[in-house]
Order: sequence, then C-alpha cells, then structure tokens
Amino acid sequence: MKRFAQLFQQVDATTSTNAKVQALAHYFQTEQPRNLVWALYLLLGKTRRRLVTAHTLRKVFLQVSAMPEWLFSDCYAQVGDSAETIALLLQDIPLRQGQPAVDDLNLPLHEWMERVIPQVKDLETETELVACITSWWAALDNFEVFVLNKLLTGAFRIGVSEKLVIKGLAVATGIPEAVLAHRLMGDFAPTLGFYQQLLSPEATERSPSQPYPFFLASPLEVDRFQTEDLSQWQAEWKWDGIRAQLIHRSGECFIWSRGEDLITHQFPELQPFLQSLPSGVVLDGEILCWQGDRPMHFNHLQKRLGRKRVSQKMITENPVCLIAYDLLEWQGKDWRNYPLCDRRQQLLELLESFPSPVARLSQALEFSSLADLEQLRAEARQQGAEGLVLKARNSPYLVGRKRGYWWKYKLEPMSLDAVLLYAQAGSGKRANLFTDYTFALWQGQDLVPFAKAYSGLDNQEINELDKWIRKHTLEKFGPVRSVEPSQVFEIGFEGITESNRHKSGISVRFPRILRWRKDKSATEADTLVAAIALLKLMDRSTSAPG
Amino acid sequence: MPLITVRPEGLYCEIGDFFIDPWRAVDTALITHAHADHARAGSHLYVATQISEGILKKRLGSQIQFQGVEYGEPLKFGNIWVSFHPAGHVLGSAQIRVEYKDEVWVVSGDYKRCVDPSCAPFEVIPCHTFITEATFGLPIYTWQPGATTVKQIYDWWQSDRDRPSLLFCYAFGKAQRILAELTQFTDQTVYLHGAIHSLTESYRTAGVSMIPTLSTSDQPRSYKFKGDLILAPPSAHRSSWMKRFSQPQTAFASGWMAVRGARRRRGYERGFVLSDHADWPGLVQTVRQTKAQQVYVTHGQSEALARYLTEQYGLEAMPLKTLFEGEGDIE
Ligand SMILES: [Zn+2]
Ligand SMILES: [Zn+2]
Repeated sequence: MKRFAQLFQQVDATTSTNAKVQALAHYFQTEQPRNLVWALYLLLGKTRRRLVTAHTLRKVFLQVSAMPEWLFSDCYAQVGDSAETIALLLQDIPLRQGQPAVDDLNLPLHEWMERVIPQVKDLETETELVACITSWWAALDNFEVFVLNKLLTGAFRIGVSEKLVIKGLAVATGIPEAVLAHRLMGDFAPTLGFYQQLLSPEATERSPSQPYPFFLASPLEVDRFQTEDLSQWQAEWKWDGIRAQLIHRSGECFIWSRGEDLITHQFPELQPFLQSLPSGVVLDGEILCWQGDRPMHFNHLQKRLGRKRVSQKMITENPVCLIAYDLLEWQGKDWRNYPLCDRRQQLLELLESFPSPVARLSQALEFSSLADLEQLRAEARQQGAEGLVLKARNSPYLVGRKRGYWWKYKLEPMSLDAVLLYAQAGSGKRANLFTDYTFALWQGQDLVPFAKAYSGLDNQEINELDKWIRKHTLEKFGPVRSVEPSQVFEIGFEGITESNRHKSGISVRFPRILRWRKDKSATEADTLVAAIALLKLMDRSTSAPG
Repeated sequence: MPLITVRPEGLYCEIGDFFIDPWRAVDTALITHAHADHARAGSHLYVATQISEGILKKRLGSQIQFQGVEYGEPLKFGNIWVSFHPAGHVLGSAQIRVEYKDEVWVVSGDYKRCVDPSCAPFEVIPCHTFITEATFGLPIYTWQPGATTVKQIYDWWQSDRDRPSLLFCYAFGKAQRILAELTQFTDQTVYLHGAIHSLTESYRTAGVSMIPTLSTSDQPRSYKFKGDLILAPPSAHRSSWMKRFSQPQTAFASGWMAVRGARRRRGYERGFVLSDHADWPGLVQTVRQTKAQQVYVTHGQSEALARYLTEQYGLEAMPLKTLFEGEGDIE
C-alpha cells in the first residue's frame, strides 16, 4: 500500500507526462507481480465497486473527530472531494490516541485489496464500521488515507490516462504498447495468472470476449491534408451514435462500447445478425437509431442506453442499426495490420453474404477534390451526420489516436451569442471557482436562460471570469449567483430540440463556450427568435422524437 | 466606543487619529508590513518598523515620509499608546498593539507561527480585542515545518540537473525564506528574477543569511541555466521572460498547493505547500494565547474561523470586512 500510495503521489504531483511515465515504469519494474496487477487494475479504472459511500465516510469522520458538521461542509466546499477533505483534516486530529494498537497495516497492496478492505462488507453494526475504518486511518499517513478513501468509495480516478499507464508498462517490460493495450482491453481479474498472460512473450490464448483497442480519428489538420493525394483517401459520414465493437467467437456474441462497457444485452436485435456470421469475426461500427434511410434523433438512442431490460415497445419505437466501418478479425485471425481497402473489401463481401436489415456498410463517399469534401461536409447535417471521417486507404487499424491515418472533419457547431446570467462554483478541481455558467438570449426586453455550459474557457479566462463574477454579483441564491447581464459569450452546440421542460422552449446538446466576446455588449447578443430559426433548420434535417 | 473601527479608508483609531494599513491615502498610516494589500501609496506619513524601511521605500517610493520604530518601542498618539511587535510573516512585519486606559487591542496584520529563519518570530501579545487574519482559516490547512518543504524543493531541483528548475513564489518574503532555508542543504548559487533580486538585496542589508544568488538578467545571453534553480514571481509564469529558459521544470510554492484541485488547476508541474500565513492550528492557538475575549477576523475564510471560535471557545468573534487579500496569485 505504501508503495502504491507513493506511486499515486508521484504521478499526481506532476503534470509532466515524462515524469509520470518514469514513475510508472519504475514502479512496474520494481513491484511484486501480485501487487502490480492490482495497481494496473486500479490505475486503469477497472474497479467500480463501491464498498462505502462518501456519505458514510463523512459520518465516520464526524464521529471520531468531533468536528462540527458545518465546518466539514465548508472544508468540503473548498476541496471538492470527500476522500481528500478527510485525509487533509486527519493531519491535525490525533486518532492514534485511545485506539487499540492495530497490528501492522504496512501490508502489500494485494493484501489490502483481497483481505483487508473487503472486511467492511461483513461488518454488521455502525460501531464496528467506525472502529474498523478509524483503525485504518490511524495506521496510515495522510496520502495513504486519501488513497484508501478513494478505494473504499470506488471513485478511483487519478491524473493519469490509460495511455500513459500502458506506456509506463511498455517501458518497464519491453513489450510493445499495442500488444499491452490489447491484452488489457475489457475485463480482467487482477490475478497472478493474468499477470503471466499479460507479460508473456508469445501471443496467448485470449478469452472469447476480449475486444481490440479502438482506433480513433483525430481532428483534421487542414494544412497537412492539403498536400495529400486524394485518390489514396476514403471519406465516410461521421455518425453520432455509439461507437461499438461486435464480436462473434466460438458461438458467443459480445458488443463492447468504446468506454469498454459490455452492452450486448442493450441491443438484442443485433444478436441474430451477429450469430448468423461465421465464428471468429470482429466488426467495428456505429450503433444508431435508424428509420428508412437516415438516423433518428439522438434522443431515441438515449432511451436505449444503460437499460438492464429492453422491452419490445422500446425496440419498436427506437429501432437500431449497425453502420459497419471496419473488419478487425476474420476467420479467427487478427486483420488489423492489413490495409483498410482489403479489410473493407472483405467486410463488403461479408455483409452481402449475410444480409440483414440491422446492418449496413458505411458508405464510401464520392469526391475528387478538396472542394468536393467541403461540399460533402456542408451536407452532413442534412444527412443526420456530424461531419466526415477521412481514412487513408492503406491505413492499418491502429490503437488509440495516432495522427495521420484517420481524420475527422466535423461540422462547424451551431452557435449563438448569449449573455452570462448566473454562475455557480464547480466541483472537484474547480470547487472554489465559479465555472458553471448559465447563458441567456433576448426575448423582447427579457433575457431567457437557454443553456448551461461548463467548458470552453482556458484557465486564465476562468480565473479572470471568476474575479469578474465576484465583483459583479447582484444576488446570491445558495450556491448560485446572479451577475450583471453584460458579458457576452459565443456558445456552440451540436444540436437543438424543442423542450417544454425549459423556459426558453428549446434545449441544446453539448453546449460549450467557443469565445468570450468582449467586443460585444449585451444588447448585441442573439434572440430566442434566432435560436428557433436554427431549430427549424435542424428539423428539416433530422426527425425529432414525437 | 471601540478603539478601532472600519472606515472607508481602512482600520481607524479615532482617539489616536491614525489608520492601520489603510487602503486609501490618509494622514497617518501605521503599516504592519510592506505587502501590497497592507501598504498602499499616497499617505502623508508612514509609521512602520525600522527594519522594513528599505523595502517599504522600494515599493512606495523613496520620497515618502517615513518614521521608523523598533519592535516593542512605545509611541504616543494623543492619549493612545502604540507599539509594534514581531508577526513572523516577512522581514519587518509587525502586529500593532494599541492601548487606551485599561484597554488593549492588537491588529495582527499577517502572521505565521512556523519557524522562518528570514524574520523575527511571532510574539504573543495579550489583549482584550484581537484583529486576526484568516487567509487559511479552514482546518484542511495544516503546515509542515518550512525546512521540510524546502528540503522537498531542494530534492526536486536536484532530481533534474539537465534542465533549469523554475520555482515560482512571492517576490517578498517567500523567496527569501526559501533562500535562507536552503543554506542547510547547499551553497550552490540560485538565480533570481529581477523583482526578487532587488528585494533579496534588502534582506542581505538587514543581515539575513541566505545562499549565494545572482540576477538572471546579469547572465550572458549564451548562459543556459542548465541544472540551476531560478526563483521568479508568479506573474512571470508563461510570460515572455520565461522564453529564456529551454524546457524548464516548473513548480509553485504556496499554501494553496495543499489542495489537490488547486494544484492541478494552476498549470505548474509541481506544487509545494509553503505559506507565510498561519495555518488553522496556528490561528486557533494564537487567538487563544492572546486571551482576547473579542476577536475580529479579516482575510479569506473569516466566517468559518469566527464561527468556530464563538462555538468552541465562547469568544465574541465576528468577521470584519476589509480589503486585505491574503495570499493572492500575484505579489
Ligand atoms: Zn502579507
Ligand atoms: Zn494580508
């Protein structure tokens, strides 16, 4: 535990990726295998199990510390995280006194994870729980307490991406990153057996469910693309659904989302199709709600997500379809290193041999010049797509976001100039700054709130706006402040729909701040009428839910 | 009538007709210390500790009318006795004690209780009413000894001798405290941004012992600062001044660095927890040691500290709205 907490601290203390990779590599090189797999499991966010809620942790703390609850709340407001707040507060509270001497808790990580921490599940009374957690706190230093609290509450996220963890492991073991990324995909149990598989020099038997890491397109670098030979490129629509990997191996079917969630059972209508394919096949594609020759509004797909059971009614009202992009495995062989054109040819044959109403090949769009591409991109909205994806015909299917092979060329988002009306403090790392904003449009003489946005400003602008908000607060309602309606922001969004839950009568998708328009005064902001005009434009291109 | 009240100009003692750390120009300004939120320009007469004269004049101009006092030296303003006592915050910083008949008030200015080799240690002054700061007035703020943190800074510097190490910290106080603490670990030369360099000269004149320093601007263009430690004020972060250093590792030393979110938000590679303000235990302990029954709280988290003192110790404690800013981003 000490070593893992140290690693966490080193990785967390720095924003330099180099230093993070170094710390990770050093840890992986020197740690015992049984602890190493646990560390990987935790760093990659494979655990979502919550043994104790943040609320309970807080109750335990208040009981043993005798701190007034309001003071804890004030501290929490400043820190934005219960686990950290408690760890910081425990620095100054002598828990060790009066506690029974705990036997040595300087245990390795796997002991903590397998033997010690699971104990909380078997405790029957609150008194036992308080005693147990307190004895752990008393035995650990400040940063270990923080890590332990994170483990207990299952909110273990740390300032290091999957990519860096894998890089660190690659440095430590000499196994290529792509191989490790593949072996770490999907679920695994943090066992010695898995460790041996992970680090084995040869390709190993994989479990039938194991997906490949997704390959992602990067935002188009227009300048770089100018010089490309366009005949070597393929263009497809960029759809706004669920990117998924569909697997049929040894008679079993699996559907994985890009977030590595198994979503097989959310889409039962895709199963017969998948079953019908020969075993040993893996497809990459997009799942969309589809009607006729076009996607339905995203709201339909939304209704299908995250459900345990899908009713027939749900399926009839929100029918899905797979738009197949790529073939990653064929006849049980990894095809990812073949060029895209070969993979696509095989995919085409496959879909023609096993036709299904729920599966289509992603269309390759005709173009011969950059101007054609511009034209297509401009038509994307009418197609119900969110832009184009450009793929090099000879590109292998790589891992993650490697630039130069696949580009995404998204539509300009729709945008409106709106006035800042309310502000609220953020959470987490922005807990003591005003970072959640509500924007409004004109309706006659009134400003009507139309969107909330949290992102889009850089740190310097956030700090500047925070200062401005504090100086120009009109009223405080709990955590929310109303401010002088004078600052104009350009708000971008992906979609706009009618909504009777909103005062403005509209709701926008993925709103974000594009620019702080210091050059504009509030009177120059857009009107609700302008927003409704955009809505009508959208309606012509996608069928909104009824 | 209270001995000290808040006027639009600042904290005011009517009987003695003087202001303490006024934020507007007044006739007589008693200054606790030369930080920008406590010492502002335009007043007719400045009264402060003798040792702070150099820095105060650097900041407000050498033409100001200055009256220096020694720590503990009694001064009389009308019927009021006034004296300055060490606050342990920065060089020359003082608490100001005000006595009228049998009543004693103390204005703390900014203070800390941790050991700091670059200034005189805080002295507890018993009083009836204590006006305290509360920049870090929440129990999440608990400091380690300065030497411990400066050892971390030293290790960070030594861990990468191929690049320049740029440490950002307040130019007045924090920088010199670090330079003084560093004498325990090394005698290598540290390079200073111009703003810090000139203040450090004042510390040397006052006899504070620090490791050798040079100004970055005095180095030849070709000099690469490879493996050097450089101190700079936060305002220089991401400025054109920084272009001179190729691929530096960067860090920020401040009390705010105690919270993970604050650390990550600032965009420095590392954060070191080092403050010249009292931490929570220091604030509570100090208020209790003064035996004051009435406490006014300024700076930052004044409401939490006031409520805590009222509830836990039955003191008459309340927040006092002032324009003091505490440990801001830019000094
Ligand atoms: Zn100060
Ligand atoms: Zn101050």
